[in-house]
Amino acid sequence: MIEVRFHGRAGQGAVTAARLLAEAAFLEGKCGQAFPFFGAERRGAPVVAFARIDNKPIRIRTQVYEPNHVVVLDPTLLEVINVAAGLRRGGTLVLNAKKTPEGISGIKVAVIDATGVAIETLGVPITNTAILGALAKATKLVSLNSIIKAVRNYFGDKLAEKNVAAVKAAYERTQLMKLS
Amino acid sequence: MKQILTGNEAAAIAAKLARVKVISAYPITPQTAIVEKLAEFVADGELEAEFMKVESEHSAMSACIGAAAAGARTFTATSSQGLMLMSEMLYIASGLRLPVVMANANRALSSPLNIWCDQQDSMAVRDSGWVQLYCEDNQEILDSILQAYRVAEELLLPVMVCFDGYILSHTAEPVDVPEQGEVDKFLPPYELPHPLDPERPVTMGPVGVPEYYQEIRCMLQEAVRVAEDKIAEIDRAFGRRFGRRYGLIERYRSDDAEVVLLTLGSLSGTARGLIDRYRKRGEKVGLVKLRVFRPFPFGELIDALGHAKAVAVLEKDVSLGSGGALFIDAAAAFIDVARRPLMLNFICGLGGRDVTQLDIREAIRVAGRAAETGVVRRAVRWLGLREKIVGLRPKL
Repeated sequence: MIEVRFHGRAGQGAVTAARLLAEAAFLEGKCGQAFPFFGAERRGAPVVAFARIDNKPIRIRTQVYEPNHVVVLDPTLLEVINVAAGLRRGGTLVLNAKKTPEGISGIKVAVIDATGVAIETLGVPITNTAILGALAKATKLVSLNSIIKAVRNYFGDKLAEKNVAAVKAAYERTQLMKLS
Repeated sequence: MKQILTGNEAAAIAAKLARVKVISAYPITPQTAIVEKLAEFVADGELEAEFMKVESEHSAMSACIGAAAAGARTFTATSSQGLMLMSEMLYIASGLRLPVVMANANRALSSPLNIWCDQQDSMAVRDSGWVQLYCEDNQEILDSILQAYRVAEELLLPVMVCFDGYILSHTAEPVDVPEQGEVDKFLPPYELPHPLDPERPVTMGPVGVPEYYQEIRCMLQEAVRVAEDKIAEIDRAFGRRFGRRYGLIERYRSDDAEVVLLTLGSLSGTARGLIDRYRKRGEKVGLVKLRVFRPFPFGELIDALGHAKAVAVLEKDVSLGSGGALFIDAAAAFIDVARRPLMLNFICGLGGRDVTQLDIREAIRVAGRAAETGVVRRAVRWLGLREKIVGLRPKL
């Protein structure tokens, strides 16, 4: 079973990102489970969401404490939260950032300016679909095509195509590195 | 067809598949998405139903009672404080023998204010004459709501389908959504035997004077008690048509187990994987998942737990001043049974506290020790407390 933790701020779509990942896995014939953990509900507050992917039905209902991968939708969260907490050996940290962050070492990191991509393709800084493109590129958990299919299923026609553009652009531009 | 759905979406789709005629509800977290989705179905013309907007949950249940009395298939959904506000009307729905079906996304009660999951809300109304089903996953939510209408209409009893707020209501996972035609065959249109009708006047809810009130309550008690057989029968019929059945309880690797966990709702899912690991190591640990809490399946439970050395009852509620509601009934089941297990109660997961596998392991460890020594040192315990609180006395 693969477990992924998403960190975002309310309004950026972290919960939807987790759901779309589960849906993409489902489209590939696997089982997917996605769920949020809400704090007090208000726009801008830190939000955590989780996704699990497995080849058999997923029964466990706990939060994820030792994720295989971590996805961060908002660069300012790095100062507030230890986003890499519990990240398993060999796992990847997928970051929305303009440049490689300092102070992180010994793990695989994928960097994408998801905010830039979102503004360019959607016109708003909602980074969830862009970051999924980066996740697909960095981890190969699900294919780019499956993410695109999941995005098309979830969003209405017009919104879907803009988000597909965000996924594709992010997939192209994601930089992979191992910080030592 | 299988699709990825949240528990709330599964509940809304189930109500739509049941072809409900009247929906009345008031929004409350974490249930709101159910009635939002139903409002959308009605507005888009996908569901031919009356959506009655009301100013409170008390009014929502009142509207459901009125609609059900007129013979309409009705649905509502609520959580937490909303269920509390409804509680007066819950007793009226059951007393009038009206087949209202309700989804309750379980959430903690104030105070302190808390929007997260536990099962205190539905446990607080367990004496109201409603059938109560508890679901483990989103498929079970959809299936239970479909079954609930058959149960409600064949027995003339209201049914509450309970599922853990957020943990299921907001979790997206694969759910097999049955075809409308198949659902129609399983759940045909129904007619209330004595509906409100100006052509055939009837009186509903008259005064029950002391000479008769007790008999009427006794009849209601009998109706809820014997509902067990009907619930099991409808579950089997559902299984024949859709290939899924749940039982009143489910035994998971418990038949030869010395330590058995007894759980309700989504906790059961987390426990399963853990049980498998104990079994791999050759340890005789099992799980019994209770699905039907009202009527309480005393016979089946005695059958499933009687052989065990110790039973650990894990639940997300507490009857303050006593123990967990499930524990109290489970312990009572063995009152006149000679061979009985030691019983331990673990209160956990209140107000959204995550119940981890480590927590469940602790319960198994404590129950295992009781099984070895034959002694229960403290019957009611709390799992995962941040600090020692039990036993502290306030300075007065």
